[in-house]
Amino acid sequence: MHSFGYRLNALLTFAVTILALMCAIASLSDNFNTPSPSAEIQITNINWFQKQPQGNDEVSLTMNISADLQSLFTWNTKQVFIFVAAEYETPKNSLNQVSLWDAIIPAKEHAKFWIHTSNKYRFVDQGNNLRGKEFNLTLHWHVMPKTGKMFADKIVMTGYSLPEEYR
Amino acid sequence: MSWIGDTVDSIKSIQIRQLLTQGVSLGMIVTSALIIWKALMCITGSESPVVVVLSESMEPGFKRGDILFLHMSKEPIRAGEIVVFNVDGREIPIVHRVIKVHERQDTGEVDVLTKGDNNPGDDRLLYAQGQHWLQRQHIMGRAVGFLPYVGWVTIIMTEKPIIKYILIGALGLLVITSKD
Repeated sequence: MHSFGYRLNALLTFAVTILALMCAIASLSDNFNTPSPSAEIQITNINWFQKQPQGNDEVSLTMNISADLQSLFTWNTKQVFIFVAAEYETPKNSLNQVSLWDAIIPAKEHAKFWIHTSNKYRFVDQGNNLRGKEFNLTLHWHVMPKTGKMFADKIVMTGYSLPEEYR
Repeated sequence: MSWIGDTVDSIKSIQIRQLLTQGVSLGMIVTSALIIWKALMCITGSESPVVVVLSESMEPGFKRGDILFLHMSKEPIRAGEIVVFNVDGREIPIVHRVIKVHERQDTGEVDVLTKGDNNPGDDRLLYAQGQHWLQRQHIMGRAVGFLPYVGWVTIIMTEKPIIKYILIGALGLLVITSKD
């Protein structure tokens, strides 16, 4: 009952249980954080707007993105993944979400930023419905913890629209 | 080091009834592990409630050897969610983020495009020949939580199967020779 094997077994079981408990508590502590992020996106230019040979509309645009996401970081945060998506409706599709740009924020110091960029990913429709289309730009964030539950949320900014004609 | 002598003594003095009892307790341990696994499958609604991250395509968020907890609800799939999916014809599930969603007005069915955070391009190259989008039936679950490093045990056992056999052999020996 007091052999080396039994003692090792008891020690290991206890260690693993305590470790699991600490991970759970670390994750629970994230719930006490009330984030208050802010963001603003301006479309500075529509670079071009064409219909592709396959029949799908495509837009290239340049944006100014500024955001303050410092309140999302806790001691249990490994990184925050953010992306900007265009959301709109077409006759065929009730919802379209197209990610235009994303970034990884590794630490709180980098969470307040301003960037001038063109869309990283192609803004392509399923079809040719984009002329004059009104759309929302949403900034999504995904908080990836050092251990435990992941949180995600978004800010929706409305009032953007595409030109009536191809250019 | 007297436990080596004890082990040899107990192998010599094995009785049938004791052996059967220990066989049954081993069986109980294995089946209760199976019950817990199946119960997790029911609760999370996913075929595979826990997966191990095998590649570096989601770094620095998920590293090789992390484990992910999955959950599959009826809620629609939206951009930004980290999903685990199987491509037709490939066994190994892939864990990537959804970057494009097109949901039909009439049926509510959805076309989804995914991309690994650390990959330069989207996953169209990984999909089956001629497939441009994923549908809901390809997706096994959403990642809702994770634990770092715990998955290395599975990776080591898969890549060096000899360790798996050594471990099972040692456990079997331990069960047979334990005095209670």
